[in-house]
Amino acid sequence: MGDLLAVVVDGLIYSSWLFVIAAGLTIIYGVMRILNMAHGSLYALGAYAAASLVGVWMRGGQPPFGTYLLLVAAALLVGLVMGPLVERGLLRFTYGRDEVVMVLVTYALFLVLEDVIKLIWGVESYFVTEPYGLLGTFELGPLSYPVYSGVLVLAAVVVGLGLRWGIYGTRYGKLLVAVIHDREMAAALGIDVRRVFLVTFTLGTTLAALGGALTAPTVSVVPGMGVEVIVLAFAVVVIGGMGSMQGAALGSLIVGVVRSAAVHYLPQVELFSIYLVMALVLAFRPRGLFVAPEARKI
Amino acid sequence: MRRLDRTTAVLLGALVALLALGPVLPKWAVFLVTVALAKGLVALGLLVLMRAGLVSFGQGLYYALGAYAAGMTVQALGVGDAVPMLLLGTAVAAGAAGLLGLLLARYRTIFFAMLSLAFSMILYGLLVKSSALGSTDGFNVVPRTVLGLAASRGGIYGLAVICCFAAALGVHLLLGSPLGRLAPAIRDNELRVEYMGASVRNAVHLFVVLAAALAGLGGGITALAVGHIDPEMAYWTTSGEFVFVAILSGTGSPLAPFAGAILLELLRSFAYEYSPNTWQMVIGGAMLLVILFLPAGLWSVFARRRRAA
Repeated sequence: MGDLLAVVVDGLIYSSWLFVIAAGLTIIYGVMRILNMAHGSLYALGAYAAASLVGVWMRGGQPPFGTYLLLVAAALLVGLVMGPLVERGLLRFTYGRDEVVMVLVTYALFLVLEDVIKLIWGVESYFVTEPYGLLGTFELGPLSYPVYSGVLVLAAVVVGLGLRWGIYGTRYGKLLVAVIHDREMAAALGIDVRRVFLVTFTLGTTLAALGGALTAPTVSVVPGMGVEVIVLAFAVVVIGGMGSMQGAALGSLIVGVVRSAAVHYLPQVELFSIYLVMALVLAFRPRGLFVAPEARKI
Repeated sequence: MRRLDRTTAVLLGALVALLALGPVLPKWAVFLVTVALAKGLVALGLLVLMRAGLVSFGQGLYYALGAYAAGMTVQALGVGDAVPMLLLGTAVAAGAAGLLGLLLARYRTIFFAMLSLAFSMILYGLLVKSSALGSTDGFNVVPRTVLGLAASRGGIYGLAVICCFAAALGVHLLLGSPLGRLAPAIRDNELRVEYMGASVRNAVHLFVVLAAALAGLGGGITALAVGHIDPEMAYWTTSGEFVFVAILSGTGSPLAPFAGAILLELLRSFAYEYSPNTWQMVIGGAMLLVILFLPAGLWSVFARRRRAA
């Protein structure tokens, strides 16, 4: 019984972390049809930015509770700088190319960013312990969890609800949906697709960086931390259906719970259990759980 | 006798040149070219797929299978000759693709890429956890003989050159055959291909198996040349590199992937030598430049000049 509870709670925590990252990936794909391989690097950038900001803040002798705001500030900083920079500086020259070519463009960007990170922060690891240590732990039945994990879950819920409201509840969100459904028609109706792309990519980048910033306190921030995240986020997005927000949520839950179940019951299969699920979903629902099949074009 | 067409003549020329260069090249260059040729084989398989409009982000699966099968030939079967090692590697990779292809052949575009990625990551996960195969460390592969002669760098190089020649010639002949001509047709419009009475699924399945066999052969040659194999060979970054080589080279000629692979290995070696901290950046930057300014790959430079002449 305790085992099952642990599986569910661990899975939930893991899913929350995944969801924030996958939401950014899926919104970029949904609107721009770009499967962003550089997403993992942006995630790592967020983590490094958070580590640096918190480091400076603590050395300045500021109140430690301010570090939570700093995590969000780091994500916003990375998003608002890198989003426009990458979209305006690189991606806009490649619009209209094949989706697979776009994967390669972002793969090249991933290689470049990985080294940029090493150039800025070096190869040593960084630790951000304050936000994690401050909150202590709480008891859940026989198990004890850090309160910070609860913060992660809360953050994911806030991000999810915020995106839902932003996309379906605001005027701008409706424009976004129009672009998702038919880019050309949206443009013909006077929607500034270029600006929608810029905003979307910046939003997606911010989410990736937020995922990184929120994770920074729980791990050591090291070079290469983004590499594994990319394929994990891919798995989530593919399972849920690329471009679907509900899909990203369900995909994260599935991947999170499968992984934590594997860790608890069958540690040998941890790594590939996720990809096994991804392959199975693709085998039976090629476009993912939340996306309707497309008619064949003649 | 039929006159040799231009590509066959160039291939023959390349075969003779590479074999003649073998004894002259410095040791590091022999190693570099052998590894590059092995990767070129994988990219050659991707070229066939790309002609049909398919890009696989999981060729690392077959690459690693070929390498591990070659390694197991020594470890488990006790056969130490390079040729049966390569044959078994190729056969295992092709066999795996024969099975997976049943599913893969139904997928297109990004879904094809993602499903093949998932398969390769499953293998990666399996290899990392299997202690009998050395987990993350992998194991050493030391061939004892090459075609009965004592194994040497040069012998493996020669074998690699001959394998690549045969593969490139085979792919060249295939692309000119009716089956090969189906590939661009499938990319342009599958439904019309079916109206003509050809089976798109069978053709795609065959291309998948062929690409896998080439990747398996490449993996086997890498195992022989490097003398060590590990699960990284199945990781998605390895697969990404193959796609990079294929796109860098373009689909213009079966010779292009080898030229592209040698170029990439040279670029990597020199970038690693002169800026060890930023070699990934150099490669990424080169990749972006090619994609932005040479959409049809490096080979298009030659092709354009030839047309202009």
